[in-house]
Amino acid sequence: MSTENTIEHKIDKADLDGKQEYTITVYAENRIGLLNRIAIIFSKRKINIESLNTSPSEIDGIHRFNIVIHEGYEVVRKLARQIEKQIEVLKVYFNTNEEIIWQELALYKVSTDEIAEKVTVERLLRQYGASAVVIRKDYTVFAVTGHREETDALVKALEPYELIEFVRSARVAIIKDSAGFHEKLKEFEAFEPGEELVENEFLEKGQKIFTM
Amino acid sequence: METAQDTIQQNEAKAETSKTLFKGTGSQVLLNGLIEEGVTTIFGYPGGAIMPIYDALYDYADKLEHILVRHEQGGIHAAQGFARASGEVGVVFATSGPGATNLVTGLADAQIDSTPLVCITGQVFAHLLGTDAFQETDVINITTPVTKWNYQVTDAKEIQEVLAKAFYIAKSGRPGPVLIDITKNAQLQLEEFPEYVKCNHIRSYRPKPKVRIEYIEQAAELINSAKKPFVLFGQGVILGSAEEEFKAFINKTGIPAAWTIMGEGAIPTSHPLNVGMLGMHGNYGPNVLTNEADVIIAIGMRFDDRVTGRLDKYAKQARVVHLDIDPAEIDKNVKAEVGVWGDCKETLPLLTNLVNENKHEDWLAKFRQYNQEEIDQVITPELYPTGDEMTMGEVLRNINEICGGDAVIVTDVGQHQMVACRYAKFNNTRSNITSGGLGTMGFGLPAAIGAKYGAPDKTVIAIIGDGGFQMTPQELGTIMQFGAAVKILILNNRFLGMVRQWQQLFHDKRYSFVNITSPDFVALAKSYYIEASKVDERANLRQALETMINHEGSYLLEVMVGRENNVFPMVPQGMSVSEIRLK
Repeated sequence: MSTENTIEHKIDKADLDGKQEYTITVYAENRIGLLNRIAIIFSKRKINIESLNTSPSEIDGIHRFNIVIHEGYEVVRKLARQIEKQIEVLKVYFNTNEEIIWQELALYKVSTDEIAEKVTVERLLRQYGASAVVIRKDYTVFAVTGHREETDALVKALEPYELIEFVRSARVAIIKDSAGFHEKLKEFEAFEPGEELVENEFLEKGQKIFTM
Repeated sequence: METAQDTIQQNEAKAETSKTLFKGTGSQVLLNGLIEEGVTTIFGYPGGAIMPIYDALYDYADKLEHILVRHEQGGIHAAQGFARASGEVGVVFATSGPGATNLVTGLADAQIDSTPLVCITGQVFAHLLGTDAFQETDVINITTPVTKWNYQVTDAKEIQEVLAKAFYIAKSGRPGPVLIDITKNAQLQLEEFPEYVKCNHIRSYRPKPKVRIEYIEQAAELINSAKKPFVLFGQGVILGSAEEEFKAFINKTGIPAAWTIMGEGAIPTSHPLNVGMLGMHGNYGPNVLTNEADVIIAIGMRFDDRVTGRLDKYAKQARVVHLDIDPAEIDKNVKAEVGVWGDCKETLPLLTNLVNENKHEDWLAKFRQYNQEEIDQVITPELYPTGDEMTMGEVLRNINEICGGDAVIVTDVGQHQMVACRYAKFNNTRSNITSGGLGTMGFGLPAAIGAKYGAPDKTVIAIIGDGGFQMTPQELGTIMQFGAAVKILILNNRFLGMVRQWQQLFHDKRYSFVNITSPDFVALAKSYYIEASKVDERANLRQALETMINHEGSYLLEVMVGRENNVFPMVPQGMSVSEIRLK
């Protein structure tokens, strides 16, 4: 199985040292400890993970990781192969920002008094594509979905008005040229579905068990 | 038209086939599974969290031979030696906590040298996980970077499937160590178990890439066009049991072949196309001519830094064909023009079919020329020294003369390892057992014990330095109790020789803490009821070696060799392979 994408990678927007943002997409079984196994591949080489998201994919039982790192093409290619080598990983893709559609979600908590007094909220919402998620007497929560610069812009705009809390999600990304994973999966499912996840059911039973 | 009656009958038939066959504990079903997987020998050390498994083992003495080692590190190295000598999966038992953490070095060694192992560790009760219970360590997370796969069992119902997967993963594709951590409740749990079913497929795991014939064709084309082709082979040839296929390939093409230390023995030392050893302490010709070859065919090797030296000056003129089962290895260190993914047992015959018969006499003569230079300047003085001091090389020469290349030679790590790999003669595959990737001092003695169980009919010689021997000497106790007839040869230069050599060459002879003293090894061996003697004069060497090899049972021989002899040739760190030094 190849980790190479069929598309030509655009090596533009790279730094002078040839590094740029890559989004690695990993399709894997939903298995305890796999996150650690994947994370180790980066930490072993002293590579920082900029953002990491894991969630169910379009296929039942298969999880999808989105990992963003800032590295050169060769390093990313080798990382992808090392990840794909893990027993529970089905497939790995890696893409530059031009090759994906991606979004991040950010939430902003501000004082309602402060914001109602000093800001034209309606304009703020329009200008930054924000929506009000919660409006209470004491605080209001806004949400923005978009690229980093869009979510950052609202942080800057709100900073003068007591931004109480700010949180941003990891990147979620869809590959432009991907036909989905269903077809690929057929190759994998020669004659068996994925396995059930087994969790530790004994953790809460400490009081009831006598052990030595 | 199917009736309800038919359906009921079918369901009854299904129930019949999935009828539970065994009622017992998780421990028993684990041992039954090991037997199903063909396991005969286990190396282990009991403890609190694995006691139920040991309790069950009490009743399996006729089916499973358990070797009680003296330290878990000894256990896992023995399992490695067993696996490397026999080609089977090595099995280790250890308890939780310190028992499991003592396995880590061996796991790392097996991971980097692709040795198939299944390690079973006991673990505290599932409800105690995460409470810092007595002898609890997070074994799964500690061992994740050094295992091919690991899994924690908390329920006996998981055991059969996990064990089957463990064996399949350990030995298929690029082999490696697998660890199963089993909580004590799962070991004790009474269940009704179905029949054990071996695993041969995991959805997300591709042990063997599909062989793509177009790459074979491209590789053949490149090989056929080559004027100075050069084969570099590694342990992949041995792991794939492709020794015959490999011989057929080189015999037909007439291409000179050099080995990595892990690949040594895949073809006999005496094979006319075997041109010697690659890498830092390898032979002169293979290293220099790597930078003259026009096509390099790398088979089951991974261009380790000890083989390549400085990468930006490595084989830049060559077009590279790389055969490997692990796609992650292709283009990792050296760019391949043609990457042939697959098991070389499958790919080599396909390639052999497409390549032209050839003889590269002039090219081969070049290797011989360099070899003659190395013989004159390095090999002869090492094998036939004229000074008073004995050399490690002459000890090896004597072993070759006595054993004729049929012994299994297990080494520790250091100068003696390089000398053994350089000069030992091998007629058979799976005869050179050494810690290549990790360079684990302390590997030699326990690995030799394991190798003796893996190859009981062979003479097994452990060649160990005075430093390495002092890392795992407790395994003499294992020999004492279970009688593995291992010939232990300590080459004592009263130094940590390899580090001393580097300090001499690169640190102005500032011998910082390499001056290691030793106990009376002969007395030590005798305290374990193992026959032993010591040689410090050349006149007695041959007789002493013959006594050791012909002795019934285990024997320890200590040979005092020159203190400050260096291993040459050498590719100094940061230099190119063509800058190899003979002195």
